[in-house]
Amino acid sequence: MKTEKPKSDTTGVLKRIAGPVVTAVGIDAHMYDVVKVGNEELMGEVIKIQGENIIIQVYEDTSGIRPGEPVINTGLSLAVELGPGLLTSIYDGIQRPLSVLVDKMGDFIQRGVSAPGLDHAKKWEFKPLVKEGASVAPGSIIGEVQETNIVHRIMVPPNVKGGTVKSIKAGSFTVDEVVCTLDNGAQISLMQKWPVRVPRPVNEKMNPTVPLITGQRILDGLFPIAKGGTAAIPGPFGSGKTVTQQQLAKWSDAEIVVYIGCGERGNEMTEVLTEFPELEDPKSGKPLMERTVLIANTSNMPVAAREASVYTGITIAEYFRDMGYDVSLMADSTSRWAEAMREISSRLEEMPGEEGYPAYLAARLSEFYERAGRVKTLAGSMGSVSVIGAVSPPGGDFSEPVTQNTLRIVKVFWALDAKLSQRRHFPAINWLNSYSLYLDSLHDWYDKEVSPEWNTIRSWAMEILQKEAELQEIVQLVGSDALPEAEQITIEVARMIREIFLQQNAYDAVDTFCDMRKQYDMMKAIRQYSDLAYAAQSAGVTPQQILAVKSKNELPQIKFIKDYRPALDKIQAEMDAEFNALRSAA
Amino acid sequence: MKEYRTITQIAGPLVFVEKTEPVGYGELVNIVLFDGTIKRGQVLDTSDELVVVQVFETTAGIGKDSGIRFTGETIKMPVGRDMLGRILSGGGKPIDGGPEIVPEKRLDITGAAINPYARGSPNDFIQTGISTIDGTNTLVRGQKLPIFSGAGLPHNQIALQIARQSKVPGSKEAFAVVFAAMGITKEEANYFMQDFERTGALERAVVFLNLADDPAVERIITPRLALTTAEYLAFDLGMHVLVILTDMTNYCEALRQIGAAREEVPGRRGYPGYMYTDLAGIYERAGIVKGKKGSITQFPILTMPGDDITHPIPDLTGYITEGQIVVSRELHRKGIYPPINVLPSLSRLMNLGIGKGHTREDHKKVSDQMYAAYAEGNDLRGLVAIVGKDALSERDRMFLEFADIFEGRFVRQGYSEDRTIEDTLTIGWNLLSTLPVEQLVRIDRDLINKYHPKFTQAGKAEG
Repeated sequence: MKTEKPKSDTTGVLKRIAGPVVTAVGIDAHMYDVVKVGNEELMGEVIKIQGENIIIQVYEDTSGIRPGEPVINTGLSLAVELGPGLLTSIYDGIQRPLSVLVDKMGDFIQRGVSAPGLDHAKKWEFKPLVKEGASVAPGSIIGEVQETNIVHRIMVPPNVKGGTVKSIKAGSFTVDEVVCTLDNGAQISLMQKWPVRVPRPVNEKMNPTVPLITGQRILDGLFPIAKGGTAAIPGPFGSGKTVTQQQLAKWSDAEIVVYIGCGERGNEMTEVLTEFPELEDPKSGKPLMERTVLIANTSNMPVAAREASVYTGITIAEYFRDMGYDVSLMADSTSRWAEAMREISSRLEEMPGEEGYPAYLAARLSEFYERAGRVKTLAGSMGSVSVIGAVSPPGGDFSEPVTQNTLRIVKVFWALDAKLSQRRHFPAINWLNSYSLYLDSLHDWYDKEVSPEWNTIRSWAMEILQKEAELQEIVQLVGSDALPEAEQITIEVARMIREIFLQQNAYDAVDTFCDMRKQYDMMKAIRQYSDLAYAAQSAGVTPQQILAVKSKNELPQIKFIKDYRPALDKIQAEMDAEFNALRSAA
Repeated sequence: MKEYRTITQIAGPLVFVEKTEPVGYGELVNIVLFDGTIKRGQVLDTSDELVVVQVFETTAGIGKDSGIRFTGETIKMPVGRDMLGRILSGGGKPIDGGPEIVPEKRLDITGAAINPYARGSPNDFIQTGISTIDGTNTLVRGQKLPIFSGAGLPHNQIALQIARQSKVPGSKEAFAVVFAAMGITKEEANYFMQDFERTGALERAVVFLNLADDPAVERIITPRLALTTAEYLAFDLGMHVLVILTDMTNYCEALRQIGAAREEVPGRRGYPGYMYTDLAGIYERAGIVKGKKGSITQFPILTMPGDDITHPIPDLTGYITEGQIVVSRELHRKGIYPPINVLPSLSRLMNLGIGKGHTREDHKKVSDQMYAAYAEGNDLRGLVAIVGKDALSERDRMFLEFADIFEGRFVRQGYSEDRTIEDTLTIGWNLLSTLPVEQLVRIDRDLINKYHPKFTQAGKAEG
């Protein structure tokens, strides 16, 4: 595929300026061409063509721009630079490195400054993996660069025709220098460019069968997402959406993490920026930043760049997927992205759909989520992009268009609940409203990798929680003492599942990450109490005595202990002993 | 400067001008009336044929005979050191009878976004002396923490108490208050001014007053002038600035008014679709810049129409700001001051400013435990109304009791009672000690042994 289009009239003039949307005449443009607007050459993109009038969204502030200033069409689509140097970077919505912008224009974002996505001066050590004479196809891996602790695989760009390697050399190169030539004349460097609005091609889309382990009990244990899957976290403000997203970015067992802060708070991005370099990847022991690409377009940065940020992010994610990596992409928040679309759309005076959102909202959302998936890459290896999108429903109302259109596409729904966060139940994910449609396809994995018992114990826990919800309705009316004895125990067991298993402290050094083994052991200990309690109750022990069993009060402490096994064994043994004593007394 | 007399239409705050030379988007416009008075406006839409100007004052007196002068620059605010202690109008003109401001700099009022990469991490604990803030919704320097209130609630007293008592324990750095009033009554404004004068706070304050009878459109620029001043004080002069913006609801009404006049497609409840972006342009102007001494901490105040927290104004605000302090009508009716309901309140940056090295190691867990216990007790109140107190279990009765004493001893405090963070945490522990130790599941044993009154007193008795 060519990114260049036939050019004719490339320079025109501005006719009208109204905020981030401007009109130009006198250029021959195609949809989504990148144009340079005004004397300061602000970056913009063609979004509508109406007779003579070319309508452009501008990625920077347009104050002071006058009609009559020039407009230049570059004839290129909005594209990102893909190559070594992506990892550890922090970009704005159109892949300008924020650190470079600070050097160029100081602490505040000014306009009219362009900065390439990659460092073009830095040299990288390239190690070829194919020999001269080898035949390569689009997407084939020809060599590698040790970028951080991650190996950056250099590929034949998907839009370059395959052929035979004519020359390839090892050594130190910038991203622009040619490292390999093919017999058809194609020259391959460490960097390729890709238009952000076009999905990168793959060999085949596969079904997801492996969970993305996040170390968060309610997610891995009850509502897992598969590698290559899609999930949505809708929640009213203050329900812990961002903390959950950040926990996922920190602890998920993806090899690469792309984090898009789309229209969110500046201080939150700073938090990510200061924390990630210090946190260790539980697998590699290296700073988490080494596997992370951040895209930050905060709420007060230009709205059109916010619209583009999501595409910039997913294109980078797809690029790493093509190397055969598992990538997880967090978008916080897709509602701000949708609002950016709405704002641009209303400036275009398009006919609005529901709540002023453009009629193409649903189409854009599904196009975006469809770029997730577990795939067989062009090179023949397996890679995945998992997409986790936060949604910020106004007033916490899940019936609004962005939430509804998202739910129609995604397979996992983690329903954040303001009520839970008010009582400091974190993560504030409602266990009754959430769901995961991956349970079936992941069944075998849990069976093999965790325990053959896991799937049963999971359904048992869900059943107890469901039962509790029903019983709570009765308790609300008559008080808990009026319940039958067995059901008083159910209430207690459900409380234990909630307080011990579901609640997790993101700020505790140990509890912040909980592996599957520990999750299983904890749930099993609760199950043990439950089994013993019901048995004791049928043997005639009163619920008061059962609820007063001391050893179970020690269980919550297990969360905060790293080598929890001895302590847990002790509690379980005491529990057995206490119940034995109760039963023999009865 | 060229003066045009080509006004074709005047509608609400908008003036349409034809046949001009090219005019820049966002330019400042002077409109000259027949009697020589000058009104100010800004270009909202510009093209070869038509320029739309939004006037910041009433359009009374503007007619087809009025002259239009385009200044060629965007709206700038003259700022200087001698602004401290001054009272300015909502449009930035001195109204205290004093001399004109001697400008040291002229700054664009829109302000540029702080590059996220250049932001410093906010982690200095600010002690407000109010337990419900310090203890459970801690404020840190560089945060934006709004007060969500309702008509007739004492949000102004709370704001003043915060402005008066706020300090970073142990620090003696330069400190200033920027106060911007939008559409509040003269009476309310007097209340603030008298308090500022009485406590001597005026000396280190800059006050912007747009009163209820001032033009609504002027409210659009008032917070921007205030924040431009704040940025100058913070990042040029290195001061720690507390910005109080009241009442943001009036600001949003003005925004809606302009949107309607422009015949824009309205979003929820008639507010413009870009209100989120617009509000973000105000709230995000808080923070710390790496390598600079000063900081901007924001306290926007808004009254929720109909006490509805899902109304677009509090809703969009809550999505931008780093938490919210919610003032409750129910607590106010019970006669509790400050009537802050901690349950829907939140400080997102709390964890950065508390704990060892900031406040005390037990802070986070004490706060979580109180939240959980109060939430449980509060829920039980609903149940008691139906089944009566006797139907409750022993455990439930204790939590119910806890909710009452929490409101009575932790939430309630005097208008000039300035509690240290140690006082606040001590009160917290005393309240928690009314619950059995095994119910304190959110606090680890070590901390309980170290701080729980039962153990500390036992320890003292033995020692």
